[in-house]
Amino acid sequence: MIDLSLLTDGGVGWLDASGPSSHLVLSTRIRLARNLADHIFQGRNSEIEREEILDSVERAARESVLLRRATRFRLDQLDRIDRQLLHERHLVSKELAGLDPDGRVRSGASLLIQERIGVMLNEEDHLRIQGLHSGFALAETYAEVDRLDSELGQRLAFAFHPEFGYLTSCPTNVGTGLRASVLIHLPGLVLTKEISKVLQGLAQVGLTHRGLYGEGSEVVGNFFQLSNQTTLGSSERELLDHLGKMVRQVMDYEEQARQVLVRDAPTVIEDKVWRAYGLLRYARSLSFEEAMNLLSGVRLGVGVGLIPDVAMYTLNKLLIYTQPAHLAVAEGVSPDDVELPLRRARFVRKVLESEVGRRG
Amino acid sequence: MSCDQCREREAVIHLTQIVNEQVTTLHLCEKCAAEKGVESPGAVAKTPLGSFLAAMGKEAEQVLPARTSEVCGRCGGTFQDFRETGRLGCSDCYRSFEGPLRDLLRRLHGSTHHLGERYAEREPGAAVGREPAADLREQLRLAVETENFELAAELRDRLRVLE
Repeated sequence: MIDLSLLTDGGVGWLDASGPSSHLVLSTRIRLARNLADHIFQGRNSEIEREEILDSVERAARESVLLRRATRFRLDQLDRIDRQLLHERHLVSKELAGLDPDGRVRSGASLLIQERIGVMLNEEDHLRIQGLHSGFALAETYAEVDRLDSELGQRLAFAFHPEFGYLTSCPTNVGTGLRASVLIHLPGLVLTKEISKVLQGLAQVGLTHRGLYGEGSEVVGNFFQLSNQTTLGSSERELLDHLGKMVRQVMDYEEQARQVLVRDAPTVIEDKVWRAYGLLRYARSLSFEEAMNLLSGVRLGVGVGLIPDVAMYTLNKLLIYTQPAHLAVAEGVSPDDVELPLRRARFVRKVLESEVGRRG
Repeated sequence: MSCDQCREREAVIHLTQIVNEQVTTLHLCEKCAAEKGVESPGAVAKTPLGSFLAAMGKEAEQVLPARTSEVCGRCGGTFQDFRETGRLGCSDCYRSFEGPLRDLLRRLHGSTHHLGERYAEREPGAAVGREPAADLREQLRLAVETENFELAAELRDRLRVLE
């Protein structure tokens, strides 16, 4: 069993709800895809080559400032539950964790992490330099990721083409290799049924949306990851500015939708958020999906000032710790345990009770 | 959840249809979905590029020539391999298949020109490229900014020796 307490903040500093606009935006993530010039890409390279990649990046990391004291996880040597745990903390992708239905963990798959930044190794690309921040913080996150990129870039030779930019295993990432994602909660737009219009609009301006866990994941609990679709033909700054501008607009739409709900359907909305709260406080069995949806309702209630006693941080904590692997580890059972929904309900009750108790 | 159609197999595809503002959701297993002509996401290649190529349908055939005898001299990958997996074999593939890739990049990104940060390419294996003192100063600045004072002290000492 891995010990995530080795990480300074348990790897969940990003959910402390301290960042800008954290009533709407849970987190900001930026990754840069990089490959080593003297190694074949992931799909065609050998186990030995992946070990060499791991060695040279680790050496560069030890000489760097930002990853000097990084913790290393070798995903290919971890049990499934531990890999799932790292994935649920949003520290590794589903691909790196080998959690796809037909997935295997690639040999050499690793994570180096020091506080908010890290590198996924032997993912789809040799390196995925990544940073994760609480709230809506594109500039801060990019500043850190960019620094780590130049620190590692000085010590390693990255594959770079004068016209195409940074070369990646998949041409969808070529150029800057930059994907910035903002994890945003949009229950107002979902309830007013404006969401599909908004998402279509985003697609037209070159942005894409994904679910809670990024690529290939479904939308649960009204959480959407909004990110740039293209990586070539614009500078990093332009990509981030564009995404930032669009996210701010989506935040405005969401606030407007909430105002409409509170103004035009006050009793409906009040009933909805308190019903969600009531179920979370007293239900005896909760599936993960149900818990996510109810937490979304309560988060909305807190956001519009109808539910006064619950902190965003508590809701974020519940979001992470009610996930199957987290709950299973905390309860000392398997993630397939049939009693997991009962345990989840008990855990949620306990957390909410102590929250109310503390606030007196 | 079991399949709405056969009620036997696990439903893996959730099809939401909006007809005359009526929203209906069908939960189907892979087999029944295929019979109904619903494309399973699993059937499409799992990469974003795979879905892009699938969405482009026939057009993709024109953009990406199905048969090209070219083989990348470095990794041995063919363009057909790329068509199937959506992933290139090595950085030289960008030169080996430059023509069709250029077209693809234009379609994917609307451009083929990188306008972002430029990477100063170095000799692979060469040590830190810049003048050592400048590099130390940069590291020192970073160390102070990230409040890594232990390292900062060490770097300052090394700088002193050097200067």
